[in-house]
Amino acid sequence: MKIIAVCGMGIGTSVLLKMNTEKVLELLGVQAEVQAADMAKAKREGADADIILTTPELVFQLEHMPGIIVPIEHVFDLIEIRQKLANVLS
Amino acid sequence: MSALGDALGDKSIKLSVSASTWTEAITLAGDALELSGRATAAYTRAMIEAFEELGPYMVIAPGIALAHARPSANVLSTGLSLVVLSESVKFGSERFDPVRIVFGLAALDHDGHIDLMAGLSELLLDDTKVNMLLQSDNESEVRRLLG
Repeated sequence: MKIIAVCGMGIGTSVLLKMNTEKVLELLGVQAEVQAADMAKAKREGADADIILTTPELVFQLEHMPGIIVPIEHVFDLIEIRQKLANVLS
Repeated sequence: MSALGDALGDKSIKLSVSASTWTEAITLAGDALELSGRATAAYTRAMIEAFEELGPYMVIAPGIALAHARPSANVLSTGLSLVVLSESVKFGSERFDPVRIVFGLAALDHDGHIDLMAGLSELLLDDTKVNMLLQSDNESEVRRLLG
């Protein structure tokens, strides 16, 4: 499974989201590749991503992507990330 | 020293400073990146433009903003600055306004700052440390807190 964490610049929020998502995936026992990306990279390399994580403000820029978009309100909230990922994975 | 401590160079920390708008607050974070040799003045302008373009998603947690722009020639070395405002400022974030802590982030590329971000994540997950950071006006105390 491929997951991309997307933000505007690809160095801030997306990196935090990737790190915290990796923690959650380990807890859930799910194997997946998680990449951090800016908008341009997401559009270029994210067509085969199963899940797209981003912040609610940026969802509208990614709606054309084939993967399931999961908006994360709080990138430090491991409980929120776990619940939302578990919902999508089940 | 920790990755976070290393990322915050000399003159990169400003405590108990005041700003009346988000532009002023980001400028303070940019000035501290400049003073500590991380980035040029053009990077500060790029951070403000990025915030204008992409909006308040850079407010990443309640009261905390991570100001940054794309890696570019305006970045001299990868690192952080830290601004703690004496009074909070509205950044236009529906979820997390108002802001009192602004980190400025300069990155040379997309993946050379992972240790620094892991340190930042660890700090921001710790409410006790964040509260102590908000209440301190002493740089050595803050540096001890950052590890």
